[in-house]
Amino acid sequence: MVLLTKFWPIMPDPGLLFWTTIIFFLFWFLVGRFAFRPIADALKERERSIDEALASAKQAREEMSNLKAQNESILQEAREERSKMLKEAKDIRTKMISDAEKDAKERASKIISDAQVEIDNQKKSALADIKNQAGTMAIAIAEKVIQKELKGNPEQEAFVSTLVNDIKLN
Amino acid sequence: MNDIINMRIFLILFLCWFGTFNTAVAGDNNGKFDVAETALHHIADANHWFLFGNVYIPLPCILYDRETGDWSVFMSSKFEVEEKGTGTKAIDRYVLNHGMIQRVKEKSFPMGVQDIKLEGHGEKVHVALAGAGGHDHSHDHSHDGHDHDHGHGEHFTVENRSIWDGGMLGGGMSSYYDFSITKNVATMMIAFLFLGFVFFSMARAYKKWNNQGPKTFWQRLLEPVFIFLRDDICKPVIGEQHYMKFLPYIAALFFFILFLNLIGQIPFIGNPNVSGSISVTIVLAIFTLIITNINGTGHYWEHILWMPGVPAWVKVILTPIEILGVFLKPFTLLVRLFANITAGHIIILSFIGLIFVFADIGVETGMGRGAGAMIGGVLAFALGLFMSAIELLVAFLQAYIFAVLSASYIGAAVDTGHDHH
Repeated sequence: MVLLTKFWPIMPDPGLLFWTTIIFFLFWFLVGRFAFRPIADALKERERSIDEALASAKQAREEMSNLKAQNESILQEAREERSKMLKEAKDIRTKMISDAEKDAKERASKIISDAQVEIDNQKKSALADIKNQAGTMAIAIAEKVIQKELKGNPEQEAFVSTLVNDIKLN
Repeated sequence: MNDIINMRIFLILFLCWFGTFNTAVAGDNNGKFDVAETALHHIADANHWFLFGNVYIPLPCILYDRETGDWSVFMSSKFEVEEKGTGTKAIDRYVLNHGMIQRVKEKSFPMGVQDIKLEGHGEKVHVALAGAGGHDHSHDHSHDGHDHDHGHGEHFTVENRSIWDGGMLGGGMSSYYDFSITKNVATMMIAFLFLGFVFFSMARAYKKWNNQGPKTFWQRLLEPVFIFLRDDICKPVIGEQHYMKFLPYIAALFFFILFLNLIGQIPFIGNPNVSGSISVTIVLAIFTLIITNINGTGHYWEHILWMPGVPAWVKVILTPIEILGVFLKPFTLLVRLFANITAGHIIILSFIGLIFVFADIGVETGMGRGAGAMIGGVLAFALGLFMSAIELLVAFLQAYIFAVLSASYIGAAVDTGHDHH
């Protein structure tokens, strides 16, 4: 059987070669440059941003847990500080009380010793006073005795008068 | 929901079958049905886009006369087709025969628009100027199909467009080139516009919803495919360092071929056999050849021209083989795609042709044409359905293979060899 129709698809046809070259080149050039390239870039950029977002979320989570631990340690420190402060305050109180007691004791003993001195002084002055009084009384008595003895004894009177005169001269 | 999906699947399969059935009807000759003839006719390019019945889309015809250097440009509707894609006018000696432009050989045929009567088919075509005789020529080509006798006066023979096959495939040079927007060219233009629209809108969507997930239909549909091309073809095959540079080319190849493969299988639109035309696959393979070799590194050329690490006498043998390999690799690409797609079209058309073969058998056996066609129809449906499913797979597979092999050739060329040593 002789075929009337040729097997056209296997024939390199200049027209079809020409048009295919033009159309495919334009397709590759235009769609490749203005669609495939931007799409590929956009996909890459999107993947990058997703990776980045995931990484930063992970980092944020880590930071958060770090922060928590930090807070915990700060709290712990604060607690320690508080108890330390309380202890110090207690110590100070105790010291203050003991100091005050000591001070008070010292003062009291000083007051007492002062009082003792005063009492001694008073006693001494009182004794001196008594001595003076007693002296004076003794002198007065002695005077009266002497006066009585001397009354009627002109010699005596004259002697006394000379004595008095001597005193006046002094 | 499932019922709707099932119905859709059934409808699609039915349309696949009916579409091819439909194209087969158009090839039915008067007299006995010839399956091979019909199949060959339907896988050929055409200057006229046949849809169904007597409905055609006219296409622009751009013809170049090699002898005078004149261009003839007009719409194919100017041929005033009456039936089966055969025109009733000759324009500058060009005629439309079964949807394909041919040219009257004889220079004595008048230029300009002429009323003609065209008879015969394929190469055995006779043209007569209408109103100048109007004989019946059926007896002429019964004894000699290639009757070039000019003595018949008003009877003229035709020649096909020039084909760059050196006459080896039945083509050869003639008096004209056909640069028309044929059915195949128009299909590629549709592919260009459609894919351009799809990918430009996708690119816009990525810009609009910066760093967000897919939002539009095309993004959702094609993003996984695009990422597959990038991560499973380009990245492993071309290599981490260069793959972004060649991704647009590989993606362009894949989507262009896939679209052309698929559009050839859609019923009711004439099943254009674009990626099954060797002219198309030649161009795609040449692109790969050029891109591969202009990006070839010193390492690549060293391995072709003077393979290191082998004795000198082996080098002498290897170098011609390697140089041959540079061209053989793209050649396998173009043959593989062309053969797969064309074979698929022929097989489906042959199965659909069973309807008419069985109808003829029905007539011969006295069973009746209708009964025969019925048996043929059942066979055609079952086999055609099966084949359509396989062709659908082949459409994806061949686009993938062309892309992945192109990527591997480019990958071998840009490889600097540091990874291996």
